[in-house]
Amino acid sequence: MLARRQLLGALAGLPLLAAAPDYRLVAEPVAAGIWVVRGADAPIAMANGGAIANITIIATDAGAVLIDAGASHRQGAALAVLARRLTGTPVARVYLTHLHPDHSFGASAFPASMVAATPAVAAQVAGDKAGFSAGLYRLLGDWMRGTELPAPALVAQAGPVLIGGRALRLFTLAGHSPSDLAVLDEATGTLITGDLVFHNRAPATPHADLPAWRRALDQLAALGQARVVPGHGPVDGTPGTAIAQTRAWLDWLEPALRAAMEAGMTMVEAGNIAIPPQFAGLAVARLELQRSVSHFWAGLEAARLPRLAG
Amino acid sequence: MILLAAPVAAAPDRLLPDGALRDDPLQSPFLPTVLQLVLPEGARVRFDDRVKVDFPAIAENQRQFPVQVDARAVPGVKRIIVFADLNPIQQAVQFTPHDAEAFIALRIKLDQRTPVRAAVEVADGSWLLAGGWIDAAGGGCSAPPVSRVKGDWAQSLMQLRGRLWTTPAGVSAAPARLALAVRHPMDTGFVDNIPSYWLERVAIRSNTGRLLADLELNASVAEDPAIMLMPHLREGEGVTVAGRDSGGVEMAAAVAGQSSLPPTRLAGTPEP
Repeated sequence: MLARRQLLGALAGLPLLAAAPDYRLVAEPVAAGIWVVRGADAPIAMANGGAIANITIIATDAGAVLIDAGASHRQGAALAVLARRLTGTPVARVYLTHLHPDHSFGASAFPASMVAATPAVAAQVAGDKAGFSAGLYRLLGDWMRGTELPAPALVAQAGPVLIGGRALRLFTLAGHSPSDLAVLDEATGTLITGDLVFHNRAPATPHADLPAWRRALDQLAALGQARVVPGHGPVDGTPGTAIAQTRAWLDWLEPALRAAMEAGMTMVEAGNIAIPPQFAGLAVARLELQRSVSHFWAGLEAARLPRLAG
Repeated sequence: MILLAAPVAAAPDRLLPDGALRDDPLQSPFLPTVLQLVLPEGARVRFDDRVKVDFPAIAENQRQFPVQVDARAVPGVKRIIVFADLNPIQQAVQFTPHDAEAFIALRIKLDQRTPVRAAVEVADGSWLLAGGWIDAAGGGCSAPPVSRVKGDWAQSLMQLRGRLWTTPAGVSAAPARLALAVRHPMDTGFVDNIPSYWLERVAIRSNTGRLLADLELNASVAEDPAIMLMPHLREGEGVTVAGRDSGGVEMAAAVAGQSSLPPTRLAGTPEP
């Protein structure tokens, strides 16, 4: 096994192109036997085929493990080819960090018996996938052909998992979405966070519970990891930079929106407030701020405008 | 950009072969038809970028899309109509600022990718147009309202929330701001077995009886209408709000003035 690891490590020095003609997936080596396929730091769009989320590939003796599967059947299939090329084995398991379609819909390319998710995500697949699917088809057209998200047959539970000699630890959290899974590779100290952590890209909040998200970040910050693979943005080679950055954005966003409402702003004005200089390096910051206004404003109205009649 | 005013229906030389107005910056083939639907017959229109129509870069929620129209740079505004060319109910609101700034912000529905515009009537009876395209997922007008799905619409019907920001005494002449949020399903009639039913009139008066603004709404205003206006108030005045829906249900309430940050502060970053 050691010899193969060394071989993989040597291969990992070179970015590899997938054979699939449509998605040009490039794998970056992260640690021994771990690669990340970086998503575009952009919104889901025809130009990127929805490949905006980071996907992690982990080599094990039992086959490759994927953390997240991309946005479409074709992206999932391209990831399967890439994982096999990198690890020398076919994909054995796919963990979905959460239901958002840029992370989960590529599971279409794998049998349900291989796909693991928390029970909450498995339940959401039944409830929400039609709406997500319609939205993705509208934005991505033919990229989405044949995409049918299976109901995950494996339950991802918090705690240790041993796959093909590789020890992983799973954390079932929430905050970015109603159910978020994070995965720690024990041997290399690589923490794969899904969208609980964004790096150099503004966090997205469509189903966020901000207090829960902060608690999740507190937990992730204290796991003793060596590096973090965020859901979006570049790999963080430090234990805490990306986690702290995500936390700082959330800590700014919530009071900033409340202050905008208290100051009598409109939604449009709230979406145009100055973004503090500390976030100057975050991609799509203005876009995500405006999306967050859309997500939280009606709730702020209900909480902060006095009830006058009825 | 100000172009020569001309009556829409009577100027075939203003039309391109695809039906768009030659001078429409958004080149929407449906605009001439929409103008006949939402403006008085024979209305003269021109495109004028002193009318600011602002909205977010993406429509995160096609049922609740924020739009803000600021025509304060235009003197003598009589009426503002907010509309979306390709919505099945094009006109969302007609706002008459009797004694208020030519400014309105609200949320509307989007049934598909469409121009979102304002038409502003000025003193000579002609109309100024401005707006922009916005992409949107479909169905903003044909999905059931959230309160219909939850089933609690009747319990909260016509519940009014509101707040008035007035400038503290001694600070000069910045207009007040009035935020209103009314619970109403705003049924479009395009959902199976749910007939159209919407909040159709809202009148704003000072608590001394002066008419400040009135609004005629259509069901293409988003569920639970939320509106921001800038009424002209004298020192110490509050406002009263009266509304009626298409079923004849009425609401009325008073909103007292509150001291607050002066609106001149609003351009900057709020301090958390």
